[in-house]
Amino acid sequence: MYPKDLVQLKEHVHQAQENALEFSVIDNEELVLVAKTSEILTLMEFLKKNSGCQFTTLVDITAVDYPSREKRFDVVYHLLSMNLNQRVRVKTQIAEGDMVPSLVGLFPSANWFEREVFDMYGIPFSGHPDLRRILTDYGFAGHPLRKDFPLTGFNEVRYDEVQKKVVYEPVELVQEFRNFDFESPWEGMGEVIQSTEPEQEEESR
Amino acid sequence: MLRLVLELDGEVVTRCDPHIGLLHRGTEKLMESRTYLQNLPYFDRLDYVAPMNQEHAWCLAIEKLTKTEIPKRASLIRVLYSEIGRILNHLLNVTTQAMDVGALTPPLWGFEEREKLMVFYERACGARLHSAYFRPGGVHRDLPPELIADIYKWSEEFPKTLNDIDDLLTENRIFKQRNVDIAIVSQQEALDWGFSGVMVRGSGMAWDLRRAQPYECYDELDFLIPVGRNGDCYDRYLCRMKEMAESLKIIRQVIEKLKNTEGDILTRGKISPPTRSEMKQSMEALIHHFKLYTEGFHVPEGEVYAAVEAPKGEFGVYLISDGSNRPYRAKIRAPGFLHLQAMDQLCKGHLLADVSAVIGSLDVVFGEIDR
Repeated sequence: MYPKDLVQLKEHVHQAQENALEFSVIDNEELVLVAKTSEILTLMEFLKKNSGCQFTTLVDITAVDYPSREKRFDVVYHLLSMNLNQRVRVKTQIAEGDMVPSLVGLFPSANWFEREVFDMYGIPFSGHPDLRRILTDYGFAGHPLRKDFPLTGFNEVRYDEVQKKVVYEPVELVQEFRNFDFESPWEGMGEVIQSTEPEQEEESR
Repeated sequence: MLRLVLELDGEVVTRCDPHIGLLHRGTEKLMESRTYLQNLPYFDRLDYVAPMNQEHAWCLAIEKLTKTEIPKRASLIRVLYSEIGRILNHLLNVTTQAMDVGALTPPLWGFEEREKLMVFYERACGARLHSAYFRPGGVHRDLPPELIADIYKWSEEFPKTLNDIDDLLTENRIFKQRNVDIAIVSQQEALDWGFSGVMVRGSGMAWDLRRAQPYECYDELDFLIPVGRNGDCYDRYLCRMKEMAESLKIIRQVIEKLKNTEGDILTRGKISPPTRSEMKQSMEALIHHFKLYTEGFHVPEGEVYAAVEAPKGEFGVYLISDGSNRPYRAKIRAPGFLHLQAMDQLCKGHLLADVSAVIGSLDVVFGEIDR
């Protein structure tokens, strides 16, 4: 894309939405807006409806987990303007347990994306009409994409020939999961994130 | 692998709630614990109907972060195989959509052609399906001249099959009754629900990433972007048929260009292996080879979103690197996820029997939706 247009777009958004933004950068020819969580709806509405932006397509919503940070999660939105042929990324930082305003009213397509983020990270969205798990199993506990969730999970599933049904059992590994450390051998292992047991949370189902 | 909960009023659908995730394999979680190269084959397993198109997005993301330019020949080969992937996908979709509404012959004819294309996959990389052929920095192996000649020969024969399928379906009374005016997507709806690919083009918007945000060498190629008018299942079918013809055009142009483009197919450097002969002679090359396939390469810190026009729509990868040899986070943006989400909107008010036609024209593959 064209960085020059991105600079203009950045200034345009800054002028109109100074209150909603923390800061913004252009990196790898992509514009990244970091927004305040409480103002995310105003900013998104501006980006969608303003004639200089026209970001009418919501491409993606996802989250990233940084366990060492005070505000642990980044919620990341990708928008696309087919008219102006531009993309923008909007990020907001939130702490564990904080609510993020839902975008379903503005972009109907946000529905499943927010369900997925809720499923994978346990981030609740306020105002979402139907915040259920989406990708994981019925009755699943825990949020798999959090960095403290072990790769192997907690339960495994198999078909039991005797009981004639599918049974859930705790994961038993014949060999410890091998997580090789590729950093310099002189620096040694970094801080290992302790895994937490999955909290027995109530399913909203 | 879809559980579709439908609420009916007689035979009319009043609510539709797809339960997905039955093919969820935790790809994104797995990717965080593997090196960049080890992650590549996971992309074949997403949309397994057109595997190389997915790999392409992953390679583009890595190349953007490492600022790697790929050689011209590799770029042409990628385009060639992306378009073969597009035909693979559309052949499957068009013919199975016909099967969903009751026609049995098209899949038999279509799958015969797919089989030939799979052989081209196999001859390029040794695998019919899970190819792992596109690599960061280029492609794994060069194509032998006989293979290129055979693909060209196939591209001359294929229009006949395409015409046969067209004869069977396009003016077929039953096929039209089942598809015309079913699941009409207006332009506003296409935007609201985040559609891409044929789902927006069927509604009359000429949006194609190959043209709008060109990657590889698509800007040098001559092809058209077919658009529909009514945005119903039938127009989407027509778009796909036309797109196959356009892909053929691209394939022929690329083959012409390949004949005049010699050179390496990988950017030799940190992210790609040394040549075999070099490895046998140089100690450094041997060490590099060993380190590359054990530790993998490191990608500079940063984040990037790379998207390709996959046959189903915009397939994107949002990659965050922390500077190590594994991605810190990789989010896969699958077009089918959004298309399936609109099922409720599209099916409401239609008859139960139309649901299968709608699913057929959405072109969903659960490998990429459930990830």
